Amino acid sequence: MNEVLLIGGMAAVTFAARYPVLALLGRLKLPDPLFRALRYVPPAVLVAITVPAVLMPDGGLSLSYTNAYLIGGLVAAAVSWRSKNLLLTIIISMAAFLGWRALVGG
Amino acid sequence: MGKEASVARWSTFLAGAKDTFPLVVGAIPFGVIFGALAVTAGLSPAGAMGMSLFVFAGSAQFIAAGLIAQGIAPMFIVLTTFIVNLRHVLYSASLAPYLKHLPRKWLLPLGFWLTDETYAVTIRRYQGDGGEASYRLWYYLGSAVFMYANWQLCTLIGIVAGQRLQNVAEWGLDFAMVATFTGIVVPLIVNRPMLICALVSGVTAVLANGLPNRLGLMLAASLGIAAGYAAELLLTSGGEEEGA
Repeated sequence: MNEVLLIGGMAAVTFAARYPVLALLGRLKLPDPLFRALRYVPPAVLVAITVPAVLMPDGGLSLSYTNAYLIGGLVAAAVSWRSKNLLLTIIISMAAFLGWRALVGG
Repeated sequence: MGKEASVARWSTFLAGAKDTFPLVVGAIPFGVIFGALAVTAGLSPAGAMGMSLFVFAGSAQFIAAGLIAQGIAPMFIVLTTFIVNLRHVLYSASLAPYLKHLPRKWLLPLGFWLTDETYAVTIRRYQGDGGEASYRLWYYLGSAVFMYANWQLCTLIGIVAGQRLQNVAEWGLDFAMVATFTGIVVPLIVNRPMLICALVSGVTAVLANGLPNRLGLMLAASLGIAAGYAAELLLTSGGEEEGA
């Protein structure tokens, strides 16, 4: 794999998402429908990454209590919903995940 | 430049760093694990470090490491990176009105350093207190430089650990990503269109997980966005007000 090409490409597309709108918005207004649709990008992308990681950690669907990712994910969702605190969510769900994994011997 | 002005800049810079502290702590496991996973996945140590230095996008880097391990072609990794980072368009559009007084040369580093974390901290400050435009730059820089320095250090620690310890990838520390993203997503679900967006995206991602090259991720995100936006149009045209 050509690492320079890969990293250069990733850097370019990432910068293309971050900089142009910041620089041009003073003189260029984003169309309202586009702006409204963009608000759904973060939840859509993050859920699309997270849900398979939790439900199918080994590639196949695993809805068993022995799936520590599922248990940890449920704990994370519950803590986040109750507290809205990111750091607390990370710490408690990480502990739940590692503890559960040790317990069920995964 | 008066002495008072430079003292005020510095203290604003420090305030930005201080307000970012909890999010920096959250990024620590994330960065260490990225470094360890990247070298385990087959990236060279220099490549892993270079990715953190030049791309500086945690979730995209995490996913890229996973795709490299699966031997996915670079073109698809770049495309996935773009989709995953598209949310920054929203962030920059939301920040631009507060930063438009700045010279263009400053917007380059600010754009490069834009992350979920720095966006979350700066927009809260700007929306809360718009009366100090001359110091917005310094608040942003304090947050961004802190995030950037921490990310580099954590990546480096992860790379070293990944090379020394054989089975870091099997520790299950990749759960840190799940924990972080869940903590970001759940507070975003404030109305029915957002919930519909999340449900459609999640269900599609599971059903389409078998598609090659991580195309399932893109399909799920696209359908989720479309469903959420369609739901918003339908619900608001039906006379129902939903807070955004």
